[in-house]
Amino acid sequence: MATLTYRDALNQALREEMARDSSVFLMGEEVAEYDGAYKVSRGLLKEFGPKRVVDTPIAELGFTGIGIGAAMVGLRPVIEMMTWNFALLAIDQIINSAAKMRYMSGGQVGVPIVFRGPGGAALQLGAQHSQAFESFYAHVPGLKVVTPATPADAKGLLKSAIRDDNPVVFIEGEMLYNQKGEVPDGEHLTPLGKADVKRPGKDVTIVCHSKTVGPALKAAEQLAAEGVDAEVIDLRTIRPLDTDALLESVAKTNRCVVAEEGWPFAGVGAQVVDLIQREGFDLLDAPILRVTGADVPMPYNKHLERAAKVDAAKIQDAAKKVLYR
Amino acid sequence: MTMTVPRATGAVPDSATKALHRSYLRQLLLIRRFEEKTGEAYSLGKIGGFCHLYVGQEAVAVGVMAALRPDDHVVASYREHGHALARGLTSRAVMAELFGKATGCSGGKGGSMHLFDASLGFMGGHGIVGSHIPLAAGIAFAHQYRGGDQVAVCFFGEAAANIGAFHETLNMASLWDLPVIFIVENNGYGMGTAVARASAVNNLVVRGSAYEMPAEQVDGQNVLTVREAMDRAVARARTDSKPTLLEIKTYRYVGHSMSDAAHGTYRSKDEVEEYRRRDPIRVLADLMKTGGYLSDAELEAITAEVAEEVEDAYRFAEESPEPEPSALYRDVYADGGAG
Repeated sequence: MATLTYRDALNQALREEMARDSSVFLMGEEVAEYDGAYKVSRGLLKEFGPKRVVDTPIAELGFTGIGIGAAMVGLRPVIEMMTWNFALLAIDQIINSAAKMRYMSGGQVGVPIVFRGPGGAALQLGAQHSQAFESFYAHVPGLKVVTPATPADAKGLLKSAIRDDNPVVFIEGEMLYNQKGEVPDGEHLTPLGKADVKRPGKDVTIVCHSKTVGPALKAAEQLAAEGVDAEVIDLRTIRPLDTDALLESVAKTNRCVVAEEGWPFAGVGAQVVDLIQREGFDLLDAPILRVTGADVPMPYNKHLERAAKVDAAKIQDAAKKVLYR
Repeated sequence: MTMTVPRATGAVPDSATKALHRSYLRQLLLIRRFEEKTGEAYSLGKIGGFCHLYVGQEAVAVGVMAALRPDDHVVASYREHGHALARGLTSRAVMAELFGKATGCSGGKGGSMHLFDASLGFMGGHGIVGSHIPLAAGIAFAHQYRGGDQVAVCFFGEAAANIGAFHETLNMASLWDLPVIFIVENNGYGMGTAVARASAVNNLVVRGSAYEMPAEQVDGQNVLTVREAMDRAVARARTDSKPTLLEIKTYRYVGHSMSDAAHGTYRSKDEVEEYRRRDPIRVLADLMKTGGYLSDAELEAITAEVAEEVEDAYRFAEESPEPEPSALYRDVYADGGAG
């Protein structure tokens, strides 16, 4: 077990999977000679050469489609999006080609591919560079959507995603790259579709993922000081959603808050609320509340930006409301 | 499998060449009859959704496929019934797919626009204009990555040459020397919009030069010239690992899809009739007759034979079972299920 940054945990996962399987290659903008826009691919060109670490022109639609084509005949591409904001140019390929290929070919042609890169807001990057896309992709049958929150999960989930035979949308947290944590050495595989209890508790369930896990844990600490024992569940995978873990937790706490970085309308939290009211209506002692990013394009001004983002205080407030405190 | 083909005119063909020409003629006639029958079936409500016929353009698919090996790959657009047949999918499997039946080449879940047979390297009909162009380059990338000498071929209409995916892909295919052949089937119209009203250049072949990609303009009404141009392109891809852009001039006699008329709005009846005079079936049949290796009786016999094949396919499609209700949630994910 070593202490690594989230960035280096991803790097380790890529390195290990490329060493293990020669059909795995990395393609994207600045992944090779520049060592990655966010340095996730640092050293990989040197280790694996230009055939397997491929710099592309700025052409998201084109190189995403090329990756999908390679996957259609059995390679296992990892396509890096410099950020998920730019992947909107490639969303036709991700949805119309990757997600539907197996189904519309009657099961003949699968697309084992990972699309990965940072998503969500960083600091003062403005409207076009600050958005969470989980719910966009989670809407689509045929895709899996993975959003690691910790270095250990970043490594374990990326290794599993690369070995998965389905197209996987892997959204990293731009603000998480420098976060450090213990990461198991070598063969550390975190299964897709399994949530993780990041903090056990009995009074209220806080559902979160990716960048909201940190604020959720902080909120739980502050709640503990007020005598509230919150359970924090990190979804880790948005699709498939770990319904069992959510229902088990709410069966224990009877109260639930869902936090996410994205916009409220048709967001990930809406799906979680739907699940719990449908499958666990009798478990609830209060309506579920959601904490989301503000329903606006992200403003540049730092005070406005702070106001638009999810933080521990907002989660704490919501938890107290569902506890009627 | 690749055979040498003599020039369209000139030397007297040997018996192997005559046999090859007969096989081309049969394929042209089969696709023509298949598409006519498809049109009838559509009008009877046997086939649903969008349906784009290939009548008039047959020589393109037949000439291109003739130059390929079984281990090569083909990616097509949504006007791909003829390409599927020319690649070796059976009339039965294609017709059953149009009928949405379980015996169809995509299990009834693809339909007219999504014909697949991975065992024949036929990697789909794709329904979003131009969006399949990078897929073919990606397949070529995989061939190059593994050190194989297979090639990938991508068919699309000239209207797709205006979309970003075309330009992004041509740039990367040339930059990376991918063994891929881009076939622009220039039938003059993107739906109802004439080339001159949609493209700043009328001859799309010039777009190859922007990416330093070898490019040729080809007469698509003559299957032999298509085959010859393809032989050059395949050699370039297979031996030199270089892409090629082929602009193949052709014409569709029918509407863009089953929902529009063949003429009357964006083009005249006279124009359609003019093109019919250089019908690809007639061009080849005349050449064979002139060469003395096709009689009227033989032509009639082949015509009757393909008509029977199409009738058989139609009966097969009608009698085939619908997909099981459980097929709805099958094959969404790799474990076979809905995730």
